[in-house]
Amino acid sequence: MSHAFLCLTNVGLTLAGNAGPVEVLNEIDLVIGEGATVGLVGPSGSGKSSMLMLLGGLERATEGMVEVMGKNLGDMNEDELAAFRRQNVGVVFQSFHLIPTMTALENVATPLELAGCRDAFDLAESELREVGLDSRIHHFPFQMSGGEQQRVAIARASAPRPRLLLADEPTGNLDSATGDAIMDLLFGLNSRHGSTLILATHDHALADRCRLIVGLHDGTLSGTIPATSPEPGRHGLS
Amino acid sequence: MKVLKTNSVPAVAIALRELRTGTRGFRVFLACLAIGVGAITAIGTVRDSIESGLRTQGTTLLGGDAEITFSYRFADEAERDWMSRNSAAVSEIVQFRSMAAADSEGKVNRALISLKGVDGNYPLYGSVELSPDIPLAEALAVGEGLPGAVIQEQLAIRLDLEPGDIVGLGTGRYRVSAILVEEPDASGLGGLLAPRVIVPTETLEDSGFLGPGSQFNASYRLKLPREADLEQVRTETRTHFANAGAEWRDRNNPDPRTRFAVERVSAFLVLAGLAGLAVGGIGIASAVVNFLDGKTNTIATLKTLGASSRTVSLTYGIQIGAMTVIGVCAGVAMGATAIIALESVLVDRIPLPIDFAGVRVVPILEAALYGVLIAVVFSLWPLSRVTDIRAAALYRRGEGHGGRRLQVKPILATVCLVLTLVAAAAVLSGVPTISVWTAAGVLASLAALSVVAAMFRKFARHSAGWKSVRGWPVIRLALASVGGPANETRIIVMSLGLGLSVLAAIGQISSNLNAIIENDLPDVAPSFFLVDIQNDQLEGLLEMMSENPSVDRIETAPMLRGFLTRINGRDASEIAGNHWVLRGDRGITYSTTIPPNTVLTDGQWWPEGYDGPPQVSFSAEEAQELGLEIGDVITINVLGRDIDARISSLREVDFSTVGIGFIMSLNPSALAGAPHTHIGTVYVDDAGDREIAVFESITSAFPNVTVIGVKDGIRRIARLLSGLVAAVTYAASGTLVIGFIVLVGAATAGEAARSFEAAVLRTVGASRIQILRSFALRSTMSGLIAAVVAVFSGSIMGWAVMRFVMESEYRFEAMSACVIVLGGTAVTVVAGLLFSLGPIRASPARVLRQPE
Repeated sequence: MSHAFLCLTNVGLTLAGNAGPVEVLNEIDLVIGEGATVGLVGPSGSGKSSMLMLLGGLERATEGMVEVMGKNLGDMNEDELAAFRRQNVGVVFQSFHLIPTMTALENVATPLELAGCRDAFDLAESELREVGLDSRIHHFPFQMSGGEQQRVAIARASAPRPRLLLADEPTGNLDSATGDAIMDLLFGLNSRHGSTLILATHDHALADRCRLIVGLHDGTLSGTIPATSPEPGRHGLS
Repeated sequence: MKVLKTNSVPAVAIALRELRTGTRGFRVFLACLAIGVGAITAIGTVRDSIESGLRTQGTTLLGGDAEITFSYRFADEAERDWMSRNSAAVSEIVQFRSMAAADSEGKVNRALISLKGVDGNYPLYGSVELSPDIPLAEALAVGEGLPGAVIQEQLAIRLDLEPGDIVGLGTGRYRVSAILVEEPDASGLGGLLAPRVIVPTETLEDSGFLGPGSQFNASYRLKLPREADLEQVRTETRTHFANAGAEWRDRNNPDPRTRFAVERVSAFLVLAGLAGLAVGGIGIASAVVNFLDGKTNTIATLKTLGASSRTVSLTYGIQIGAMTVIGVCAGVAMGATAIIALESVLVDRIPLPIDFAGVRVVPILEAALYGVLIAVVFSLWPLSRVTDIRAAALYRRGEGHGGRRLQVKPILATVCLVLTLVAAAAVLSGVPTISVWTAAGVLASLAALSVVAAMFRKFARHSAGWKSVRGWPVIRLALASVGGPANETRIIVMSLGLGLSVLAAIGQISSNLNAIIENDLPDVAPSFFLVDIQNDQLEGLLEMMSENPSVDRIETAPMLRGFLTRINGRDASEIAGNHWVLRGDRGITYSTTIPPNTVLTDGQWWPEGYDGPPQVSFSAEEAQELGLEIGDVITINVLGRDIDARISSLREVDFSTVGIGFIMSLNPSALAGAPHTHIGTVYVDDAGDREIAVFESITSAFPNVTVIGVKDGIRRIARLLSGLVAAVTYAASGTLVIGFIVLVGAATAGEAARSFEAAVLRTVGASRIQILRSFALRSTMSGLIAAVVAVFSGSIMGWAVMRFVMESEYRFEAMSACVIVLGGTAVTVVAGLLFSLGPIRASPARVLRQPE
């Protein structure tokens, strides 16, 4: 039994497709230590997003075992997985995925409320200030730019102080300057709060900011290498 | 290169290419349109089939080619001669209400009957079917020393009679010779109130009937020679019998009252169907909005390629038009199929001749017209918005709508189409006033629902930010969603709300009517009506009743019948139109002095012993409606004699107590010599056994007097009314079905949004049950708001109908309202939850995955 923060053992993922089953991930073995910054790189369709979803318990492996913080996600039912995410996992998507009917503040407060946090709105407000959105607190998503929406998404993901932060192409819909600012935020969270950051990207320059780069190709690991100029992180095991 | 100068050619080509994808995206549109059109087609077909049945079987239903009816008298010799000269054969029929009595185990049972005396020529057309199967002449012939009588089965059951038994009619005794299975001229709804008994006319006088002033109708059915021109005979008859108080009917319209009733009921049902179509209109509008939203990229691409706004509008207008044609055709097919499937049930359940042969074109065209108008009215506004979509939508992720500009042309066109629709309904339904008010009610309800939905969304949006709901994510999520930019809440509130409004109105009206019939009347109404009290019986009857301790009081009044024919020398219908007082004959009485409890509102009662020119006291309310004033002279035809009476006073007449109430009361000398009988009302202290005992005493002592139990009568009317209310409720339920389809359509359209929301919430740690609760809560809120508004608007409609149509008090019926509120909310929650299960089960990863 591994004591690593994240441990994928012989993991496979096959999804039903229009033309029959599609093998998305195959025989993935990977171990990551807590506090690491990991860049998942690979071309489109290589399985980066799927791997993030497996780590967040949003997708179930059809083969092998996914362990996060020593817990086998395959043993948990949907509500146990939801509770696990509530306590430990934050997710940032390329398309932000904010709830359109809620203001920035309400979006950020929601996971805190779900976790039973009494001062959810106070914390959400300070989190929004931390990402530089003091003036946008009561704005709806459609009233904000893409960069601002992604900041809200990061604030929402980080507000409960998750130990694992998953980011799926977080700068994919943003211009380079805004993308750089977003990445600074994400790596800042890692350095300030010690969250383990797993970043899926096809941009090698972004991946290079991680301590470890994991390559994927056609659903299989193509290699794991330390980045050339990683951001500071406490651990970085492979 | 050739340049096409019109927009229509490319628009048609593009529309046809787009239509290759079939009806996807238009299912709610088609369902709403088809069900509404189908319901109206079916209702119209039944109406036309009944009218056709009445027409084609006119001769049999009437019992002749034509009928001349005299009230309370037989034709005299000269009149008979004239009829014989102008026809191939004449048959004399006499009809009136009476009582039948039969011994059963030493006890006499009595029942109200509809008695018909016939001659040897009856029936001129068709045949009477009896059980046992014997000829009518044989059944009515004297046997075992008694004349024969044939009775309807319901009377046989009521009095426990069978062929061979003796039945008492008036003072006479008859031998029940057979059960009446089929009476060829038993058309109409009147026969529903009392079972039929047929006897030979010549026996009636010996049985104490047909005395002077007795209330009966003598009808003469004419069999015309083949070469006779019906119109000509009618004109000649009218001229010949101008002052004889005769009523004409012929085979082309054998039963005007039934036809009128059928037209009225059908009109109400069609209006209920139209309300359903209006609900469907909301579904149509939202379907068009969703369809065009899905086409934003295509529209932007077309504009990028140089298509004008007009071409784009035309392209999608053609597609919506094609769907309208499909929906209308499907609706017509559904309506026709429903009629074919239910033909035998309808023939069994509707006590009228129905001719289902052939295709009924008029109701189909009527339903199609309504369908097309509704589809255009509700599509026009969303369609006009395609001109706002800019080519920029392509690179702005669907955000390429220009600002919503206020467009005058679509608004004007919509207003014109709505007015056309209302005008069509007013003309085609035959009840213009009710149609206009129904349309006003529907439009007002839609406006109210729209405003309330907007206010509700604003309130929900506002309250989602309240500090008091912080920490309650389920409630906050529901409020935020209801207050969000999506259209689902508005569609649910409007479609379900309008459907429920119609049902709430019907619920309120039917509950109020039932309350009046079941609770209000018996407190003040008499126990019995007495009809045909002969002059020589009056004193004895009054004495007997005054000696009976159970009888609280008895009121009697002399009774004649007459027609109000002229007002100040002019034809009354020219002055007062089709007022009910002018339709047929009315009861008339006379009185020397002002009767007790009479309240005069104007004028003075004639002095006692007055024997000058005739004077009349007229009911104040009806006088006002007819435009009559003190001093006006009205002409009343009584038994063929015209009486010109001056209105000397107006008085209050309250018909709601079911007591004796006459529109016209004359001074006694005006009616001197006119044969007449008396009517009476008997008030018994207590219900139950005492009433039965009083009934027995009157019917035993005065067998010719017809005694009608008021409660019995009310029950019969209540049965008829409940049938009518049930029919309208069925039609209105169709409205709710359409409302439910619109609701399901809205839920389907919102499924993607719910899936997204559920996936995001699960990603941030919400459990499925929390999400489900939030979804259920938002459905509950929308359903509750729709139902509450529906009860409010339904109550206003109910109040208007009770106040202005029924002219009665309105009472809010809480139970009916509760059923609407609970039912409406439950329906919304069930539909909402059904369409929430999928989103909740869906894998968040797959919902949120960025396409790679």
